[in-house]
Amino acid sequence: MTDPTRREGEVKRRTRGGGTLRPVGDGFVNIAVKEPGRFFALCLDTFRAMFKLPFQWREFIQQAWFIVGVTVIPTALVAIPFGAVLALQVGGLIRQFGAQSFTGSASVVAIVREASPIVTALLIAGAAGSAMCADLGSRKIREEIDAMEVLGINPLHRLVVPRMLACAFVALFLNGLVSVVGISGGYVFNVMLQGGTPGAYIASFNAIAQLPDLYQAEVKAFIFGITAGLVAAYKGLNAKGGPKGVGDAVNQTVVITFMLLFLENFLLSVVYSLLIPQKGM
Amino acid sequence: MGVEIRVEGLTKRFGRQTIWQDVSLTLPAGEISVLLGPSGTGKSVFLKTLVGLLKPEAGHIWIGDRDLTRLPEADLYETRKLFGVLFQDGALFGSMSLFDNIAFPLREHTKKKEGVIKNIVMEKMELVGLLGAEAKLPGEISGGMRKRAGLARALVLDPEIILCDEPDSGLDPVRTAYLNQLIVDLNARIGATFLIVTHDINSARTVPDHIGLLFQRHLAMFGPREMLLSSDEPVVRQFLNARKHGPIGMSEEKDLSELEAEAKMGHDPGRLPPIPPQLMPSDGRARLAQAAPGAWLKANGIQAPPGSFIDDAGVNWTEEWPRYVAAQQQPVAAPPGGGPQ
Repeated sequence: MTDPTRREGEVKRRTRGGGTLRPVGDGFVNIAVKEPGRFFALCLDTFRAMFKLPFQWREFIQQAWFIVGVTVIPTALVAIPFGAVLALQVGGLIRQFGAQSFTGSASVVAIVREASPIVTALLIAGAAGSAMCADLGSRKIREEIDAMEVLGINPLHRLVVPRMLACAFVALFLNGLVSVVGISGGYVFNVMLQGGTPGAYIASFNAIAQLPDLYQAEVKAFIFGITAGLVAAYKGLNAKGGPKGVGDAVNQTVVITFMLLFLENFLLSVVYSLLIPQKGM
Repeated sequence: MGVEIRVEGLTKRFGRQTIWQDVSLTLPAGEISVLLGPSGTGKSVFLKTLVGLLKPEAGHIWIGDRDLTRLPEADLYETRKLFGVLFQDGALFGSMSLFDNIAFPLREHTKKKEGVIKNIVMEKMELVGLLGAEAKLPGEISGGMRKRAGLARALVLDPEIILCDEPDSGLDPVRTAYLNQLIVDLNARIGATFLIVTHDINSARTVPDHIGLLFQRHLAMFGPREMLLSSDEPVVRQFLNARKHGPIGMSEEKDLSELEAEAKMGHDPGRLPPIPPQLMPSDGRARLAQAAPGAWLKANGIQAPPGSFIDDAGVNWTEEWPRYVAAQQQPVAAPPGGGPQ
């Protein structure tokens, strides 16, 4: 009785030595080296394709319109509570300091500088990126992409470049939308619900905030749009294994884009605060 | 006129898995070839490698004087314009109507006016029998129609090489017969080089000039139709006659014990069935590349199985052929209108 079990254990140990670790190693190399490598290769190819003529205006406009359609309402709806919560939290604190006249400036700084790029990132990754990846992924598994290549058309030029640029273009406006809606939301909360004065809220707008805050937010939004477009394209064009493969690709797109966008947001914020002197500090 | 494709020592692997290796064959210009093989032997992979969608691990693909495996990307896209490819499910663009799908290559690659494009598209749609379905979306039509639409799109740039990935899968026998006739007629009209990947034995026996068989990760045999149909090679014989007896098992290949058991049972592989006559173009001409029935067998001193080359109407094509060719000599002597160029 004991003999076979011991032999079984031996066999297990032996396979664990060489064979079992191999997939783990392969998987690690895949995640750490191959996937990022392929992703950057796609990025480079896409940037090369970007300068090829003719530019696909039609596709660009259609895609921009499509992205607007899936993002505008959620963006506005997310931005309202963002502004409101900020006003609520900051308003209470500021009243204790006796600095009610600065509530407006606090809202503006928080929303324009940090909240609006984050909300834009959420929506661009969650709504635009996933939709784009699902579209490209289903085209890939239906062999439409292959067919296009065989017809002598570069799918990066025809499909990916207009989508990526449309994503970045719309992100610029989404960022503006979040700022406007967020600040209006803050105004409603601060003035109507917390008894702040409209004059103080509006007059202190540029007490701390400055124009470069808006510029950096727009730069961030543009870069987020490009990133989301590229990740969606990469995952979509590499979808395989039928409808489930597309689902997996969409899922991974959202997760990877979120992580990348938050990382980029952090890096850009650091660079911005180092490069541009802050007002009133 | 078609272009010759020479494949030399082609090997394709996915990771550690070899799909096939050392495949060498020549698809003669302007002729119809069929690539056969049991499911899962990488026929579709071969087709995709041939158009440069997949990179082979070793070997060359010569198209004219260009090696497809070494071409820079820009030249690759240029070379692909020589190809028309019919994918398994048609691979139509789901967001466009059939008309836009078929017009797509023209709009992308040529500066033709909309009116001219419309004429060309309508002509191709008529060719595949899709007139009246221009405004339909690919999702709204049947699989057979999608395939024909895919074929029309593949034809629209007047390709020199046409590759078809299982044109007959999922089609009923009548539609398959029509599609086979269409392929033969197209070859007669435009003289393009055809490669058809299939496992429909009936099509494979009657349509092509050449047959290739992929099995066990290599090209088991490639040659003229009559050579494979009269071959005694066990794999070829089993596959082309759809028998259970032979080296191909349910799971790719039979193991040794199964083969031994089979040998003990002493199954007789049976007589070779007669070689059917080749499908003729419907306009009553012979295709330029078509060889006389039985020519290869005669040249190699092989006796055709009894009953070969006799069609359903009882016509013996070995006797009929000289008359048939003579009959079409006359109209060709006059300036041919829309005939083979």
